[in-house]
Amino acid sequence: MSHLDIHVATKKFADKPVLSNIHLSVAQGEVVSLIGASGCGKSTLLRIVSGLEHDYTGSVTLDGEKLSGISPHIGFIFQEPRLFPWLNVAQNIAFNATSVTDSDARVTQLLAEMGLTGLEKALPKQLSGGQAQRVAIARGLFIHPKVLLLDEPFSAVDAFTRIRLQDLLAHVAQLHRITIILVTHDVDEAVFLSDRVVVIGNQPGTVVADLKMDLASPRERESTALLAQRASVFAALHSAHIV
Amino acid sequence: MHDALTLEKAAPVSLSARLWSGGHHANRLLRGLLLPALVLSGAEIAARYGWIESRLLPPPSAIALTLWQLAHDGLWKHIGASVARVAAGFVIGAILGLGFAVLVGLSRRVEELVDPTLQALRNVPSLAWVPLLLLWFGIDETPKITMIALGAFFPVYLNVVCGIQNVDRKLIEVGEIYGLNKFQLARRILLPAALPAVFTGLRTALGLAWMFLVAAELIAASQGLGYLLSDGRETSRPDIVIAAIFLIAVLGKTSDSLLHGIEVRSLRWRDTLETRKKRIRT
Repeated sequence: MSHLDIHVATKKFADKPVLSNIHLSVAQGEVVSLIGASGCGKSTLLRIVSGLEHDYTGSVTLDGEKLSGISPHIGFIFQEPRLFPWLNVAQNIAFNATSVTDSDARVTQLLAEMGLTGLEKALPKQLSGGQAQRVAIARGLFIHPKVLLLDEPFSAVDAFTRIRLQDLLAHVAQLHRITIILVTHDVDEAVFLSDRVVVIGNQPGTVVADLKMDLASPRERESTALLAQRASVFAALHSAHIV
Repeated sequence: MHDALTLEKAAPVSLSARLWSGGHHANRLLRGLLLPALVLSGAEIAARYGWIESRLLPPPSAIALTLWQLAHDGLWKHIGASVARVAAGFVIGAILGLGFAVLVGLSRRVEELVDPTLQALRNVPSLAWVPLLLLWFGIDETPKITMIALGAFFPVYLNVVCGIQNVDRKLIEVGEIYGLNKFQLARRILLPAALPAVFTGLRTALGLAWMFLVAAELIAASQGLGYLLSDGRETSRPDIVIAAIFLIAVLGKTSDSLLHGIEVRSLRWRDTLETRKKRIRT
């Protein structure tokens, strides 16, 4: 029995199948990227795992327990930060304070980890895009999730900020040994961050390639090993006619 | 450094230059008082030179004198009665409006049951309620406060329903991820997000409360600013009528400013033109 088992027999939107016959097993602490063309259903797959999407046939099992609906063990980071504008940074991070003991200490720790120390009293409108997304990640981590799901989390920030956020996520993943599933359009991001890159093919979406990224950590963006893995991902995308 | 320089240069030039360039609170107040001051002095001069008949439009000085005399003859009683009615009616109407709006905003079923009726009733003009309220409650305080509450109810109800229904789905989804139930969702996400609409509703309601007050007091009252208006008409005293209008305007503006002050403090988190202006000013 693995840590996280995802099985989607079919998922339809208005009678049109968007996902079919998907089986994914994810090990504890593994970082998995879902990559594929727009509209292939990878975000929908992530929403199924999160419990936001109920209307499908199949099952999601976490540590042997079948999930139905929202789980307190799963955190979700959206494409936009989606911070509550009326709460300051610390209040946003501790939004779910009731489920965590000693939430003040947890907030201080996360602020430090995310490089946000000193911003606890700032309002979301005073933050840059990168800072806001860090707060969102801190909020996702606040509840000590076993699994963190990220839906194109860095697609709305500039290239330099994106690189720094990727480094930060790699660091956090290693520090907490947390299981991560990441939806992305960015092959470099997928290769740099993941233990496995899963390619989702089009219409209806299904797994067309499942590639293991055998790379030493910490990873270097320009290493030959990484570039070789990148080439293998592109080859898979080509053969699936995605690029 | 730069500011001090411009001020030093501007000060000897003229008062008006400072009036327009300054961003201070006092200067804003002065700019707001400019137009009434001009109109009042114009009216005073026109009356002095006999350009307008003071029997119809008494000069501001005469109105000030009337106010002074009234102040020694029960004016506070009238003001007190009116303020108490507006306060009671506004609070009752606003609380009911908020309550109904939350129920309708949260539940499609309640909306289907209640909203069409309320949408129909809101078209009934305030004066149409008067005969019914007089029949039901007689002529004491109850019909007046009921009427003011009616006036305050609808703007709060309409704005808050709209505010709740327009809350960003993306924020609601964050609440769902954290497993909030319906009540927690309302308290922690929907109401805070709808707060700007709540204040819009409250301020409109307060303005309408003053309008409904006068309507109520014109019809049947022995106290209050509306009574003063009808008393002035019956005794052919335009100075009393204008003094009462002036007092209603001042009280209306003061109560709105108070509410606006609370609004600005509560909505500091908003990233809008309004809060941006505030930041530049301070």
